[in-house]
Amino acid sequence: MLTIWIIAKRELKSFFDSLLAYIMIIAFLVFTGLFTWMIGQTIFLMKQANLQSFFSVSYWALFIFIPALSMKLLAEERNSGTLELILTKPVSDAQLVIGKFLAVFILVLLSLVLTLPYYITVTSIGPIDHGATILGYIGLLLMSAAYISIGLFASSVTNNQIISFLLALFIGIFFHLIFNAIARYFPGFIGNTLNYLSLSSHYESMTRGVIDSKDLIYFASLIILGLFGAEMMISRRNITD
Amino acid sequence: MDIIVENITKRFGTQKAVDDVSFRVKTGEIVGFLGPNGAGKSTTMRAITCFLSPNEGNIRVGDYSIREHPEEIKKIIGYLPEANPLYQDMPVLDYLKFIAELHGISKEKRPQRILEMVHTCGLEGEKHKKICELSRGYKQRVGLAQALIHDPQVLILDEPTSGLDPNQIIEIRELIREIGKEKTVILSSHILAEVEATCDRILIINKGRLVADGSSNDLRKRSQNKEILKLTIEDGERNTIFKALQSMANADLVDIISQSGNTFELQSKPGTSSRRDVFRLCVEKGWVLTELTPTETKLEDVFRELTMN
Repeated sequence: MLTIWIIAKRELKSFFDSLLAYIMIIAFLVFTGLFTWMIGQTIFLMKQANLQSFFSVSYWALFIFIPALSMKLLAEERNSGTLELILTKPVSDAQLVIGKFLAVFILVLLSLVLTLPYYITVTSIGPIDHGATILGYIGLLLMSAAYISIGLFASSVTNNQIISFLLALFIGIFFHLIFNAIARYFPGFIGNTLNYLSLSSHYESMTRGVIDSKDLIYFASLIILGLFGAEMMISRRNITD
Repeated sequence: MDIIVENITKRFGTQKAVDDVSFRVKTGEIVGFLGPNGAGKSTTMRAITCFLSPNEGNIRVGDYSIREHPEEIKKIIGYLPEANPLYQDMPVLDYLKFIAELHGISKEKRPQRILEMVHTCGLEGEKHKKICELSRGYKQRVGLAQALIHDPQVLILDEPTSGLDPNQIIEIRELIREIGKEKTVILSSHILAEVEATCDRILIINKGRLVADGSSNDLRKRSQNKEILKLTIEDGERNTIFKALQSMANADLVDIISQSGNTFELQSKPGTSSRRDVFRLCVEKGWVLTELTPTETKLEDVFRELTMN
């Protein structure tokens, strides 16, 4: 546990030292701020005291920002050879992967905490559905965790950061958009399966204040699958036939 | 703590990088690992440090086996990987702190230990710089500092002196010898003189197989049954002397080794000596023999002999 934290701490520090963290946080706040309050379907146009517009903007913002944060996590270690350095310290493959996951997750958590003034502002404007808003935030966190985990997997298969970034987006877009979009063309079982696989359907129900154990199982499996895949790719060097 | 390598084989695809290698290194021994590029030195070191697990065979470090307790082995090994990978964007002190934390050095001991390493490896002037700003030699010192920081029982160094200047090389060699008194050290190098100067024992590996194991003297003796003489003869014509030397009964190989003068290298047939013949030849022809030195077999020659085929 301590080892995971040491790795996450170093990774976070490197995010802040390289300014990447500041750029991401500021870009996220500007992006969500503009679209929540000033451009398009803003809170004022919807004439309802809720954060629906914020949640739908964040849904896209995080989808793009997370791969940018996760792309270097393992690809860079592999490329510079530090993977060998770190894995010959008392660190297991799994601890490394989870530590990296935690670092990005904390960064996303921090960005979301910084949007709490939106919540406070809206609360002062009118009666807000606290349950739905809190669930919406939890939904964002779960979604982020799923994408970080996909991003980590993408980062583990290559030592090229650009490939890692694009691969994360490519895998992500299926869950983000495509499964949902094609579900309606398939009747019955296939349609339902595609619908269940779509991240957007789970996320939307949460922002409306509805949560089911199915949603939790969905996010948990996506996270575990991604982390497990990343760990597999790292320990692949040791597969002995 | 002893290192026991038992019949390890590591395959990459169909190619065998390490092929049935066994050896044993005892506590207090400094073992040098020699071999041409791609011979399997680094792969063997990676197997000992639990980065790669071999397809066959086992390695034991102290009481632990790489198959069962890799985590324990990693704790007692200090390892400097081949290309000395480092987190380039970190300042030296932060980096050493990070490694110290991973090794579970307690918070109270950490600052003192880090300063000791900075001192031992001569990093005082550079400790606040980012690693990417350091020269190659200083990076190498950071690599050594991180390998030594937890006072490991076993030290595995893959080309520890690459990129260092001659003064630094001597310092690092002394450091390694100092450490080697009570610990187990395996180091690899391309510089034969270095291995000869630092190591108690030499292992030569070629194409994944161990081809020699012994002290530098042992290895020299192996190919010392051939007498090699360096001789200079004056008052004679170069080619005439050359031909005369070649036609001696015990001469195996004659080589002109100087550009202008009449200096030759004469290798005799195994088990024979040509010293007397050379003297008689000179007397007979009226030449003056100004130099006659038996040449000791160099480790380079042994190395070439074992690894060229």
